[in-house]
Amino acid sequence: MDETSELKKTPLHTLHLSLGARMVPFAGYDMPVQYPAGVLKEHLHTRSQAGLFDVSHMGQIVLRARSGDNADAARALETLVPVDVLGLGEGRQRYALFTNDRGGILDDLMIANRGDHFYIVVNAACKDADFAHMQAAIGDRCEIKMHDDRALVALQGPRAEAVLGEFWSDVTEMRFMDVRACDLHDADCIVSRSGYTGEDGFEISIPADQAHIVCSRLLDHPDVMPIGLGARDSLRLEAGLCLYGNEIDAQTTPVEAALEWAIQKVRRKGGERAGGFPGADVILGQLENGATRRRVGLRPEGRAPVRGGVVLSTDPAGENAVGTVTSGGFGPSVEGPVAMGYVTTDQAVIGTQLHADVRGKALPVTIAPLPFVKSTVKR
Amino acid sequence: MLKFTEEHEWLQIDGDIATVGITTHAAEQLGDLVFVELPEVGGTHAKGGDAATVESVKAASDVFCPLDGEIVEINEAIVTDPSLVNSDPQGAGWFFKLKLANRSDADALLDEAAYKELVG
Repeated sequence: MDETSELKKTPLHTLHLSLGARMVPFAGYDMPVQYPAGVLKEHLHTRSQAGLFDVSHMGQIVLRARSGDNADAARALETLVPVDVLGLGEGRQRYALFTNDRGGILDDLMIANRGDHFYIVVNAACKDADFAHMQAAIGDRCEIKMHDDRALVALQGPRAEAVLGEFWSDVTEMRFMDVRACDLHDADCIVSRSGYTGEDGFEISIPADQAHIVCSRLLDHPDVMPIGLGARDSLRLEAGLCLYGNEIDAQTTPVEAALEWAIQKVRRKGGERAGGFPGADVILGQLENGATRRRVGLRPEGRAPVRGGVVLSTDPAGENAVGTVTSGGFGPSVEGPVAMGYVTTDQAVIGTQLHADVRGKALPVTIAPLPFVKSTVKR
Repeated sequence: MLKFTEEHEWLQIDGDIATVGITTHAAEQLGDLVFVELPEVGGTHAKGGDAATVESVKAASDVFCPLDGEIVEINEAIVTDPSLVNSDPQGAGWFFKLKLANRSDADALLDEAAYKELVG
């Protein structure tokens, strides 16, 4: 038996093959890394028109309070994330983090208030662990169901609204992080105005058996191109967004990761529901006093990409190491190399010049503001 | 004389000078190139040593020196525009010219038919 036969397939697998995708193993799934157009064209098309991404490998979880009161589900979730879930309005979505007792990040996720339940999207590689974590911690209070019966796609880019509007006119009324139920091609979908590219766009959950037809219809539109994982990564990197496993992991705290914005006041010291999540002492302490290292944007000089794992030093000889690159590559819209990484907090100042050790050569790298491209989301 | 290596390089050999590049198959596998680093003119390289580096959007790859020799010319055009390697890998996208230390070494390389068989 070859390796690929053990990989899982998304409901859109045959569509990828018919589109001529190059498939690679990713988080246990056989996924399209690129289509015949190639990563550069796919990336630029998403920024100028609209791109369609299959993200069905991600975990879609529905959480219902056993009491029947959705506020109880919110309270239960708040014991796992440093986020204001109780204050999240119906039809709204929010970025969140599952933390551990040391303040590290177990996963990053989206939480949507769907009125009578919460709809949660988690990373593919973490979804089984996340499910077990939730089951163990709040399974007594909540019914938790993983929806393997649904596909998830993202339609991203400046034309996304117009394209989706042709299927479903209400879409223009949605603003960033709104979540609605909708009918696309007679399929019972959940649409959120969000994404992972820095562009305006939507994430659409579709019943698995209707995913192929809905996506074929979207791809029939002249403005829409299928986009693989390669461009998904270069788009999120330019947008300065964290990739779990690269920028954030169980050894990284939200403060180190520069994700303080995800922790609302009500969960901070002095807030009405301060703390009460794993690692609260560490995280709330760091919110007040800072952490010893910080995630930053990095602009290498010249054209050579500086990849994840490269060591950053204050001197060209590389003797005084102050950080490491976590993600790096070529930004097609920036038209140059871009990277993110961690540096000691004293170095984490925009404009600071460091040196990256690339194949034995010291490349100058400047700490730069994130994102590298202007976000176009509709707030 | 056109020759190939199992590392997916081509060599157009004219006298004792070999023009070297990566094959169409290699360029397709690498995907869109965004960066090329070429060796210095005048440098001598042993067969199998690192001669150049290419980076696609996703990853870096080494280009090996196919035979012993000295670099006598490099193609600066692909440094300025790495996409030339994707659009014309076995033409305008050549990498460097190598003055072969021993012309007869080339006899051991693959011919076009053997290379085509290798990549299927």
